[in-house]
Amino acid sequence: MSNNRVGGWMARDLYAIYSIWLREMLRFFRLKSRLVGSIGAPFFFLAFLGIGFGSGTPMPGIPQGVGYVSFLTPGIIGMTLLFSSTFAGISVLWDRQFGFLKEIMVAPVSRIAIVLGRTAGGVTTAILQALIITLSGILLGMRVSGPLGLLLSLAFMLLIASTFIGLGLAFASKMEDMSGFSLIMNFLIFPLFFLSGAVFPLDRFPPAIKVLAMLNPLTYGVDGLRHSLIGSGIFSPALDLGVLVFSCAAMLGLGAYLFETSEVK
Amino acid sequence: MIEASASEAPSGVGESAISLRGLTKRFSDLVAVDRVDLEIAKGELFGLLGPNGAGKSTLIKMLTTMLRPTAGEARVWGHDVAKERNEVRSSIGVVFQDPSIDNMLTGRENLDFHGRMYGLDSALRRRRIDEVLDLVDLTDKADIKMEDYSGGMQRRLEIARGLMHHPNVLFLDEPTLGLDAQTRRHIWKYIENMNAQEGVTIVLTTHYMEEADYLCDRVAIVDNGRIVALDTPKALKDMIGADTITLEAEFGQETLLASLRSFDWIKEAATPNGALELRVDHAQARVPEVMQVAYRNGVTVKSVALHEPTLEDVFLKLTGKKMREAEAAGPMHAMMMHRRKG
Repeated sequence: MSNNRVGGWMARDLYAIYSIWLREMLRFFRLKSRLVGSIGAPFFFLAFLGIGFGSGTPMPGIPQGVGYVSFLTPGIIGMTLLFSSTFAGISVLWDRQFGFLKEIMVAPVSRIAIVLGRTAGGVTTAILQALIITLSGILLGMRVSGPLGLLLSLAFMLLIASTFIGLGLAFASKMEDMSGFSLIMNFLIFPLFFLSGAVFPLDRFPPAIKVLAMLNPLTYGVDGLRHSLIGSGIFSPALDLGVLVFSCAAMLGLGAYLFETSEVK
Repeated sequence: MIEASASEAPSGVGESAISLRGLTKRFSDLVAVDRVDLEIAKGELFGLLGPNGAGKSTLIKMLTTMLRPTAGEARVWGHDVAKERNEVRSSIGVVFQDPSIDNMLTGRENLDFHGRMYGLDSALRRRRIDEVLDLVDLTDKADIKMEDYSGGMQRRLEIARGLMHHPNVLFLDEPTLGLDAQTRRHIWKYIENMNAQEGVTIVLTTHYMEEADYLCDRVAIVDNGRIVALDTPKALKDMIGADTITLEAEFGQETLLASLRSFDWIKEAATPNGALELRVDHAQARVPEVMQVAYRNGVTVKSVALHEPTLEDVFLKLTGKKMREAEAAGPMHAMMMHRRKG
């Protein structure tokens, strides 16, 4: 064949991951309305909850000296990552519905490269949105502990985004069309958000519900973000990191497995 | 032409571009493809003709690694479709029945993505994008978003894309489904050009008999997952034999029939449905003669119709049903027709 080809299978796969990522970027920046739309909800949560609960008596359960906006912003960053990356995973369904998935699946690249390219694209767009929220939080009065913390928060963002892209991919592989989408949004994603301690301290939950919160990977994500951004949290940062690394590996593994075994019509 | 010349065959690969042995695909209670044996030569423009639901698309999906065979063996450019999937994938180009483009991207961006996925470097991508766009006359539409393309333009871009990475074999699944007659003829021209200029082996499925007849070197007629006939379009039509002249007379049809029977160029003459049917070669040239005979016998002819054998007749003869009837049985058909906008 031609000699203008990129080298062996490994190099081809890396190139494919990059290509799929690049396409996600093109689409992301082309669909400005989607970007504005998806950043709108978390921004208003941050702004209005921050103003509403931030004034007057401090909310019980929040550590002394931590303002409500500082407490809330990592939670809303977690929310942004949760929604945006689950959506990125599920958006494989669109590609299936519009047929583009076939174009990808018939290409001579490994299936894992396809999953990794998707994940890389989704992680990037989710983190870009999360950074906009971080900036908004700072402008609204979040006090960041330091530059090192900001850097560490990126690691947490990466793990949170990957976890929920895995979840989205798993759903996309099992769903026929978008009809189940609102079901997932309202009965899984919103509960995951509220059960993560993003908006108020976990102590305010009754014990039974607190158990559910402890099973939610986002709880550890939000806690890890609080540790890194405002230097305060309830678990140890090491535990947060450990749980997230595990949930990220598990969810991505599940998503990749289900995606690979699902047949393209 | 039956056996096309093999183009730059890599060593160790046999003579055939595609080789099937007892290939079978079973879905829970349905045998979609039933023990198919087939050899397609390199450089051939090969057609799979049959009604929707005959198993053509399932066959293509197995050859393009989108579905795993239940039994049997299939080799594409020497590679086993079940065991050497990546090798098969890099030898082929596929144009799917339903649209498979990214509507948010421009034509050029879609092609660029494709080139990347097939590992073409940027210089080669740029060159090939220009070449294939030119081939389908879309050069001036390259930077328009796909959602602003018409159905026919989208189809042309998909065909160009399938060809972009220099595949050895190009699969076209119903390349002109749902397109208007004029667009269809254009696409036929592009397909012919690709086969001639790029020397690519082309396998297409269609349920339009005139498409198979016009384009293909050889045609396999597929029904119920089996190949019921395989030959050049001409040889297939010769199975039917002569043309038919159908005549309706005011009166005196019997007289006319009797006197026509004395001509040896009339192979068969009968009145199966009331009208007079004559089986002759070169029907167009014989009509004046028939009319003269009618005039001499004082018979007033109400209407004359000519019919040359088509692949539809071949299908009817081989399966005992019309292709349209066989199609009506498939509930998927109406749905699929809706998928592509005109």
